[in-house]
Amino acid sequence: METITTEKNTYKLVCGMEIHAELKTNSKMFCGCKNDPFGAKQPNIYTCPVCLGMPGGLPVANKTAIEWTIKVGLALGCKINLFSKFDRKNYFYPDLAKAYQISQYDLPFCYDGVVETSYGPVRITRIHLEEDTGKLQHTTINGKKVSLIDYNRSSVPLMEIVSEPDIHSPEQAKEYAKKIRDLLRYLEVADCDMDQGGMRLEANISLAEKSAQKLPNYKVEVKNINSFRFAEQAITYEMDRQAKILDDGKTPVQETRGFDSVKISTFSQRTKEDAEDYRYFPDPDLPPITFTQKQIDAMRNELPELIIEKISRWEKEFAVEPRYSNLLIDSTQTAQLLEEAFTTLQKNNQEPNKLANVLANKKLAFEKTVEKLVQKFSELFATDTVPESEILSVINSIMEANPDAVAKYKAGQKQVVGFFMGQTLRAIGKKIDTKELTKLLQQELEK
Amino acid sequence: MHNTLTLKQAISKLKNKELTHKDLYQAVSDSVQGKNKKLNVYLTVSKNPEKQAEELLDTPLAGVPIAVKDNFCTLNLRTTASSTVLDNFIPQFESTVITKLKKAGGVVYGKTNMDAWAHGSSTETSQYGRTLNPRNIDHLPGGSSGGSAAAVAADMCIAALGTETAGSIRQPAAWCGVVGLKPTYGRCSRYGVVAMASSTDSPGPITKTVEDAAILLNHIAGPDKYDATTGPHGVPDFTQYIGKGVKGLKIGYIYKDLKGLEAVTKIFEKEMKVFEKLGATVTVVDAMNPRYGISVYTIVQRGEVSSNLGRYDGIRYGNDRSHFGDEAKRRIMLGTYTLSKGYADQYYNTAQKVRTLYIKNYEELFKTYDVLIAPTSPGFAKKIGATQGAAMFGELEDLLLEASSLSGLPGISIPCYQDPKTNLFLGMNIIAPMWREDLVIQVADAYEQATNWNTWRTKEKAKK
Repeated sequence: METITTEKNTYKLVCGMEIHAELKTNSKMFCGCKNDPFGAKQPNIYTCPVCLGMPGGLPVANKTAIEWTIKVGLALGCKINLFSKFDRKNYFYPDLAKAYQISQYDLPFCYDGVVETSYGPVRITRIHLEEDTGKLQHTTINGKKVSLIDYNRSSVPLMEIVSEPDIHSPEQAKEYAKKIRDLLRYLEVADCDMDQGGMRLEANISLAEKSAQKLPNYKVEVKNINSFRFAEQAITYEMDRQAKILDDGKTPVQETRGFDSVKISTFSQRTKEDAEDYRYFPDPDLPPITFTQKQIDAMRNELPELIIEKISRWEKEFAVEPRYSNLLIDSTQTAQLLEEAFTTLQKNNQEPNKLANVLANKKLAFEKTVEKLVQKFSELFATDTVPESEILSVINSIMEANPDAVAKYKAGQKQVVGFFMGQTLRAIGKKIDTKELTKLLQQELEK
Repeated sequence: MHNTLTLKQAISKLKNKELTHKDLYQAVSDSVQGKNKKLNVYLTVSKNPEKQAEELLDTPLAGVPIAVKDNFCTLNLRTTASSTVLDNFIPQFESTVITKLKKAGGVVYGKTNMDAWAHGSSTETSQYGRTLNPRNIDHLPGGSSGGSAAAVAADMCIAALGTETAGSIRQPAAWCGVVGLKPTYGRCSRYGVVAMASSTDSPGPITKTVEDAAILLNHIAGPDKYDATTGPHGVPDFTQYIGKGVKGLKIGYIYKDLKGLEAVTKIFEKEMKVFEKLGATVTVVDAMNPRYGISVYTIVQRGEVSSNLGRYDGIRYGNDRSHFGDEAKRRIMLGTYTLSKGYADQYYNTAQKVRTLYIKNYEELFKTYDVLIAPTSPGFAKKIGATQGAAMFGELEDLLLEASSLSGLPGISIPCYQDPKTNLFLGMNIIAPMWREDLVIQVADAYEQATNWNTWRTKEKAKK
């Protein structure tokens, strides 16, 4: 659905997305604490003076997190800033230990990339690195309402991928976000567990008249969307809501809205008037980060074959249809497993695309090893050995019993062969190679 | 009178068994007991510090008592930064400099008063009352490391640690007639030091002699994996530059004709001649006007302060933001304003550009001169109460130091005159290129040994 038509007008969707993903580095972004907020058995066990924002605590940047961000940028065809820095984003919230978040303001690590979707390209504006906040827990203790803070997540590395407003349908938004998730998993830099908040979506949504060339003069930001389906639903809901406002000759309020996944609607959280001024300035605790072109080139060379490249190679080498590959590749391990399985099948004169088909349609589950997978696949299509003479005698008795069908075949209705195939298979009661059977049936019917 | 020993003397007497820890600590304790009530130097004194000291005889610092500014986080010892916001804050971790000090055998004798959050040059913004200048109690000790400078001047410790953002070590050292060494930015770790202006904060020694400063610096300097802004530079033995003299060195005398400095210059000019006698060449040179430094420093520092103090939100440290004093509130408001959308370019970013001009000006000057020298402060210690109604007190008193602090340069202030009527001192500020503390130590030591302005050196000479 690219447009929405009301009684008065037809509008097109103009949408950009911001995707946050927690990187799965061993330690946190700016201190040595363990980065495992979801695995922590108790609150506040993975903390230190730095991520607790104690007086005199100082951040030291996690090199791996920076390298991974650049890796993702390179995989999305981004340009890399050879000189970048971290900035402080100042605001107050109880879960923000230092009253500022270390983020990147005007010099992100990566910029100008692209994600190809089946609805068209979505340009990437920038990818930057920042730190996650702690987590608030509102609860009641001894009858008293309290808010508790868990800093296990404080300063976990958080990557933000910002797109241009190139998304023109809720379906495209979903596909775009999924592609980002698949890439992050494939590169093994993030788990993107959306239920736990390991990956969070935000959509900037506005509508323009169908023929309009310019971007709309407002945008509505919908935050905290934690599933692909919700993203689709939130955008669909907003298109409807905004179209009604536009029909009345008004402009929707520029604001931040939340998504209610129960009511499947959005609700106002904050309007522009009370939008915060984050007072960004370069973090004096962290020296700027510089790279040489040589270092960036080396990182590019170390990248694994990208999903998009792999899909087209599989099509050429194994005749595997891209629609299956697209569905199946979600990590480097799966890609590796499939690659080996396809190679084995091809050697055995079996069709790799058949395997892709049954896996994509969930007729077969993934196995831990290539051997097991190939074996299960072969079992699925295994045929029993039945002597040809036995098959021929069955065919002949079915033909005798169904002279009308034989006559139809001879009159040119070749599809009747399907009827004989079904009858024969049932009579034999075993799995036999259907290709061979077809040949035998044609041979007998044409006698 | 063991409390009047210099660091060098105390270590040597302890090691030679000419002095016991018990006697040393007794003398310091007597001095503290006798004077602290009046001078208000220490906010917190460690429990039984001599107990730990006795086991430290074989360490480089041999267990001497060191006074520490109250903005260094000290494990299990109250750290307030002289603000009641942190009235009950007992750190569960320790600043790197203090860890290093202890490892070298220094003992934290107590925590000294300062301007609250290091905001000021007087100690009058401390929420625990001002410190008095031991040289003349009608006057201020300067600040923000006023407590540490006073502790040294009053022999209430053997040596002290302070921190400087722009003048906070050197100005109180000058006003109290002691030695204050501000190392290169990044030479000593800021980890665990309550942050003031992160881009210029520099911990450093405040001592009785230049040699003492060199000894202490040896043990607190060096790269720190917990502070990304520390330099990778190795730490030479700074004491090897003691007694080297200044023969052949090129000295630039800056700010000689600066307006408002006339009275000080009259005295100072004479002192500069000492270097010529010692074989150095002294040339009067123009440096970029330090007055712009006031604006640059004010904007950069207030911006960083407004951000750094955000964490004291009342959630974790007991007392909330209503406990901030007037000076902290003023700085938070000004910094918040200058970093605001639409103003950051006009103020913060412009200030950073001017800062770069200072850095370039110094680089140019250091192509010709080994060190640059000027008075530390535009006058003698001000009278108590002088900060009343003077919101820019510190910035004006630190006029001659801000530009070099913003540039990250190392500098030392040493006594270069004492007024016979008031007993108050003037300081001489010697600066050198980044990472060249060796030069400031070498030049300062040569002057100190050749003149009679250093209280402890003069006593030493009289004995001989």
